[in-house]
Amino acid sequence: MKIFTKILSVVTLLGAILILSQGCKDPMQTDQIDDQFDRSEMLTDWADKIIIPSYTDYVQSLELLVEANTIFSTTKNSSTLSTLREYYLNAYKAWQVVSMFEIGKAEEVQIRNFTNIYPTDVDAILENISSEEVNLELPSNYDTQGFPAIDYLLFGLSSDDVDLMTQLDGEAGAYLTVLVDRLYTLSQVVLSDWNDGYRETFIDNDGSSATASVDKVVNDYLFYYEKFLRASKIGLPAGVFTGSELPRLVEAPYSRIYSKELLMHGFQASRDFFNGTASHGQSDAVSLSHYLDYIFESNAMPNVSSSIHTQWDVIETAISLLQDDLYSQVEEDNSVMLAAYDELQKNVIALKVDMMQALNIQVDYVDADGD
Amino acid sequence: MPMETSKQSLISRYFTSDRDAASLAFFRIGFGLLMFVSLVRFWALGWIDKLYLTPKFHFHYWGMDWVTVPGIYTYGLFAICGIAALMVSAGIRYRIAIILFFLSFTYIELMDKTTYLNHYYLISLLSFMLIWLPANCLYSVDAVKDKSLRSGRIPSWTIDSLKVMIAIVYIAAGLAKLNSDWLTRAMPLTLWLQGKSDLPLIGGLMHQSWVHYAFSWGGALYDLCIIPLLLVRRTRVFAFSLVVIFHVMTRVLFPIGMFPFIMIFCSLLFFAPSIHRQILDWLGERMGFAMAKWQTDSILSQSLFLSVSQVVIIAFLVVQVVFPLRSHFLTDNVYWTERGYRYSWRVMLMEKTGYANFKIQNTRTGKRFYVDNGDFLTGFQQKQMATQPDFIIEYGQYLGRHFESQGHQHVGVFVESYVALNGRPSQQYIDPQVDLMQIDYKSLVESHILQFDE
Repeated sequence: MKIFTKILSVVTLLGAILILSQGCKDPMQTDQIDDQFDRSEMLTDWADKIIIPSYTDYVQSLELLVEANTIFSTTKNSSTLSTLREYYLNAYKAWQVVSMFEIGKAEEVQIRNFTNIYPTDVDAILENISSEEVNLELPSNYDTQGFPAIDYLLFGLSSDDVDLMTQLDGEAGAYLTVLVDRLYTLSQVVLSDWNDGYRETFIDNDGSSATASVDKVVNDYLFYYEKFLRASKIGLPAGVFTGSELPRLVEAPYSRIYSKELLMHGFQASRDFFNGTASHGQSDAVSLSHYLDYIFESNAMPNVSSSIHTQWDVIETAISLLQDDLYSQVEEDNSVMLAAYDELQKNVIALKVDMMQALNIQVDYVDADGD
Repeated sequence: MPMETSKQSLISRYFTSDRDAASLAFFRIGFGLLMFVSLVRFWALGWIDKLYLTPKFHFHYWGMDWVTVPGIYTYGLFAICGIAALMVSAGIRYRIAIILFFLSFTYIELMDKTTYLNHYYLISLLSFMLIWLPANCLYSVDAVKDKSLRSGRIPSWTIDSLKVMIAIVYIAAGLAKLNSDWLTRAMPLTLWLQGKSDLPLIGGLMHQSWVHYAFSWGGALYDLCIIPLLLVRRTRVFAFSLVVIFHVMTRVLFPIGMFPFIMIFCSLLFFAPSIHRQILDWLGERMGFAMAKWQTDSILSQSLFLSVSQVVIIAFLVVQVVFPLRSHFLTDNVYWTERGYRYSWRVMLMEKTGYANFKIQNTRTGKRFYVDNGDFLTGFQQKQMATQPDFIIEYGQYLGRHFESQGHQHVGVFVESYVALNGRPSQQYIDPQVDLMQIDYKSLVESHILQFDE
């Protein structure tokens, strides 16, 4: 019985250690992590210097859009129309900066699905305009609202501004107001959640598990970069996934001339987030670039961030070669689009393979056993 | 004893020697219960749906294309497997139950190699061995019902063969760790441990380089030494504490499921039969069984089945010793090409991150487009696919056939793939010029894998 008792006590003891070690946090831990990369500092910077300021900008840009629309709805002339269009563009650009942060309330309300799904469905929009009641919260209405639908209403209803204003005098104008107001409401919901406690939740969740903030943000970031920046803004219209050029798939195809500007803003936002470039007036944030540098220095690993930095410059050059109007760029010389796509693609590999390995973050984490 | 005692007689004396049947009964009961718990856990976590029913496409093992996922009946398959595990544990119609368990469990594993884990493979092997072993002679419903079956002593080799299997796992795993990445770069543990600073107690150490090396060297030493330490009586309790510490550590650090518990349990097999008997009697009494009924000194009688079993088990173990070594007959880097990687106890040896972008091209006109892998594979499948050549080929050919069936002509499938291995910069993986449709992946010739650059 002696050995048996020993076995039993070993199992019990270690079982107890296991349970205790999983159950409580070590109060001494904060003293021990001085000399290592501080994830919670990075999360604080992300929240305070990048995400919340960018969302604040976005909400303000929509406030101005709502205002311009109110003025336009009472007084329709070429001046109020051009102001409205200008604020539409500004808000759309501000959206590009926050689109990647589909986390917390933004994820819950699916803000991206209700803000920027294109191509917009013109037939469905016209149907919505003429129907009594429209439920814009239905997934079937993703592509009848948001900026792409506003782009159609402000630029696509008619090629003649006078005619366009006449049309916006009726139910189309009312629909425009509904869309603008809805964008504003959604943005407010997300921002106020950040200000009313989500910021703290976000920062406190500073672990390394798959549900921790760093993992989630990085996955969201990659998802944005790969799908919404690389594929939607360039790949799809350039025919990368279909083999045939589809210029009507560019972003904002009715105003046309803004498509490159929107792309540039999306790209710049991706780059800024990686570098930790803060939104106006703040000192720069600690971000992925610094995290990678820390790992590079402390573990003699390959310098992932420097190769990503180099590629950002190459991408910027490739995008700058595009015409303002990506629609005609695809029609006239698609090879410039494909070249820009290829350069964006190179950083997909650097971000998704090299960065993810260095940070030990799983892409699209699936809960399953390993060995 | 005369000097001329030949090896032959030593061997034959060993094979006619017998031991307390309680050891094997102990193993049978515990194994069955652990398997049952594992299956219930798998089911409860929703993994049947997530890993087998959700995917539209499944990756097959070489030569196992005939295995299909039986749709909603997969739940039935798991149910059968779970019931069989309980029957094994209780020793009810043991032989039928263990055959059923082996077949259903192995079939489940064969359905999609995305889920391959060394410990699932080990369970298939152990359950195969148990088919041939007299594990129901004692402490089983079978032995209560059938007095002729009830035996207190069984041939020694029937118990030792399981120990040999466990020893192969540990020693092969230890030898596999004696490579330069593991020993001189502390990879991949450096990658895995550095982010674990949020762990209680030990979190603060996890970013220190010496800790990564200590874990690497300690792990290799553990794997290589644990069997001798378990075999020697004087070090056995110490060795068992090591087993528990080691596996509890891996459980805390990594998402490793039931494996630590299975290995801790298996190590108990190395204790003396009297311990097993004590544990079983102790448990039995608490559960209200009349344990005296189980006492018998009779020796399991020799039978044709037992003779056949002996041949099967010996042949099986010889294969198990040789098979994990097969990659050493190849010149390529086993971590890069993964030829000979599976079924050879290479546990936690590499971190591979990959990316595979498939291009469908009309080989006549050159017109091309890219595939969104998310349209065909789950996230888990995409992740596994991107780092393993056989997955890339099988999926590429599936894509080719898919687009052919959609009316595309002269379909060529090309892949732009990049893999980072153990913290190195990513390198292009599969030759992007090779049309995957032209590869005979059954031939096992893998010239399409690009050279690994250290």
